Amino acid sequence: MIKKRLVIIGGGSAGMAAAIKAYELGERDILIIEKNAYLGGILNQCIHNGFGLHEFKEELTGPEFMTRFSKKVEELGIPYRLNSNVLNISNDKVVTYSNSQEGIVEVKADAIILSTGCYERNAGAIQIPGDRPSGVYTAGQAQLFVNCYGYLVGKRVFILGSGDIGLIMARRMTLEGAKVLGVAELMPYSAGLNRNIVQCLKDFNIPLYLSHTVKKVEGLSHLEKVTIAKVDEKMNFIEGTDITFDVDTLLLSVGLLPNVDLFNKLPIRISRTRGAVVNQAMESDIRGIFACGNVLHVHDLVDYVVEEAREAAVGAVQYLNGELKHEGHVYEVNPGNGIGYVVPQIVYIDDVKDKLSFKFRVRKPYKDVDIYIKEGDKVIKKIFKPAIIPSEMEIVKLDKSLFLKEANEISVYVEERK
Amino acid sequence: MKELTCIICPRGCHLVVDDELNVSGNTCPRGAVYAKQELTHPTRTLTTTVRIVSEKEVSLPVKSDKPLPKEKIFDAMALINKTSVKAPIKIGDVVIKNIFGLDVNIVATKDVSR
Ligand SMILES: Cc1cc2nc3c(=O)[nH]c(=O)nc-3n(C[C@H](O)[C@H](O)[C@H](O)COP(=O)(O)OP(=O)(O)OC[C@H]3O[C@@H](n4cnc5c(N)ncnc54)[C@H](O)[C@@H]3O)c2cc1C
Ligand code: SF4
Repeated sequence: MIKKRLVIIGGGSAGMAAAIKAYELGERDILIIEKNAYLGGILNQCIHNGFGLHEFKEELTGPEFMTRFSKKVEELGIPYRLNSNVLNISNDKVVTYSNSQEGIVEVKADAIILSTGCYERNAGAIQIPGDRPSGVYTAGQAQLFVNCYGYLVGKRVFILGSGDIGLIMARRMTLEGAKVLGVAELMPYSAGLNRNIVQCLKDFNIPLYLSHTVKKVEGLSHLEKVTIAKVDEKMNFIEGTDITFDVDTLLLSVGLLPNVDLFNKLPIRISRTRGAVVNQAMESDIRGIFACGNVLHVHDLVDYVVEEAREAAVGAVQYLNGELKHEGHVYEVNPGNGIGYVVPQIVYIDDVKDKLSFKFRVRKPYKDVDIYIKEGDKVIKKIFKPAIIPSEMEIVKLDKSLFLKEANEISVYVEERK
Repeated sequence: MKELTCIICPRGCHLVVDDELNVSGNTCPRGAVYAKQELTHPTRTLTTTVRIVSEKEVSLPVKSDKPLPKEKIFDAMALINKTSVKAPIKIGDVVIKNIFGLDVNIVATKDVSR
């Protein structure tokens, strides 16, 4: 069996950034294992720009962003395997992968970073009523087809869900000559960024139907009609609000889920993020197994993915050097009023080097709001925000010295100013 | 009078602009700057793909190296879709030079080695 100090599963932006950081921290025995024929992950198909504003202070397209990282991986000579699918991780950190040249290979790792990204919720996951014709795709599938294979999946399109990928595909398909008839969003507010609503929908006069969802899908073999209707606060259809569109394509942009398949058989708890429960080092319940990027929680900005990957790399190197003690004062971090989730969920404060960041999302949009971080019943940090929305993850960085080590619970919550 | 949503920050202020280009509804000055630009000279960076002759890929992602006037976007698409390139290509290689004399190039955003 091959032995490696650090095995990184998934060579997307998270995996590459983690590998580079671990290398910079002195770790030399690294292997990246990637399923696709290239490094870069999902960014390969995200040809639009808007990546890297934090990381490089310029607006890059997805392929440009990922190339900067893959060049660095090459330059440093960090080993990677392509076309290699990881099939299993065992309790004692044996990683099994397979590819057509080597067959099935087992690698005994001292530490593992899981960075396998996310997958899209599909028609099965949301149970659309009506027929099951062809012509229904997830937005990401349609994106892969048009951007990488030059194939436009349809000519008359309706989009369910206002997630960013759906909005970006509304523009992309319009530019390629398709007619996008509208976007329906179940919630009374968009799941995507304002910028995308303006530049992808308003620019092309594509209507956004808020508080609407698909009521019926019709078509014998291929999709012919989609009917949407308005919903009330209890998510019941309101009679008389039906609108029917003649379309050949329905794109679904109804959410992303962390791809935690490889964790399912392991004694690793899954949190509200749908990713693993982790501590301040991005380490799961199994010591030495870390996670970062979309497999941990779905990110909207790749810049934050990269930042998180570096935290995981720091954690993995600390672990490999025997510096993660898991001793002393521990906190459990809980989402309070208005907060959907917080990462990390556990903090061994003595293992924190100098700063600690909490990442979270609100459940609904707020204006003029204070974010509170409380240890027990003492507020240790309060931050004012003019606006905060579920589609944009928030990060609060705290100095280690702010923690009092008195109580064992930390809560993060918001309160609106009246 | 025109109404638009500010896209500079997540607050998404609802901006109202009168005929003399006076902006109201903005919570901060950046909103006014955005509204004026958007109403006098709206521009967008175009990202799309061109056909490529290569062993590995069929399409090459490209972008306009500067924002294009919004009204030229579809004309640019038509021209780009008639264009095809051959590998090898490097990020930044010019695919269409000085498109419509606008001092904007269409450039590759991915390396394709062969
Ligand atoms: C469609 C889409 C559009 C986005 N648009 C934007 C945007 O406009 N701007 C922005 O800043 N961010 C955007 N994001 C967010 C950001 O790009 C992603 O959050 C980020 O790139 C994710 O990086 P990752 O490494 O976590 O995941 P990925 O890039 O998905 O990488 C995961 C990698 O793991 C590999 N893998 C999975 N399972 C296995 C296995 N079993 N064995 C081996 N390898 C495996 C995959 O092949 C893949 O290469 C978008 C995300 C998506 C999904
Ligand atoms: S006007 Fe200022 S506060 Fe309002 S959305 Fe624009 S940038 Fe944000």
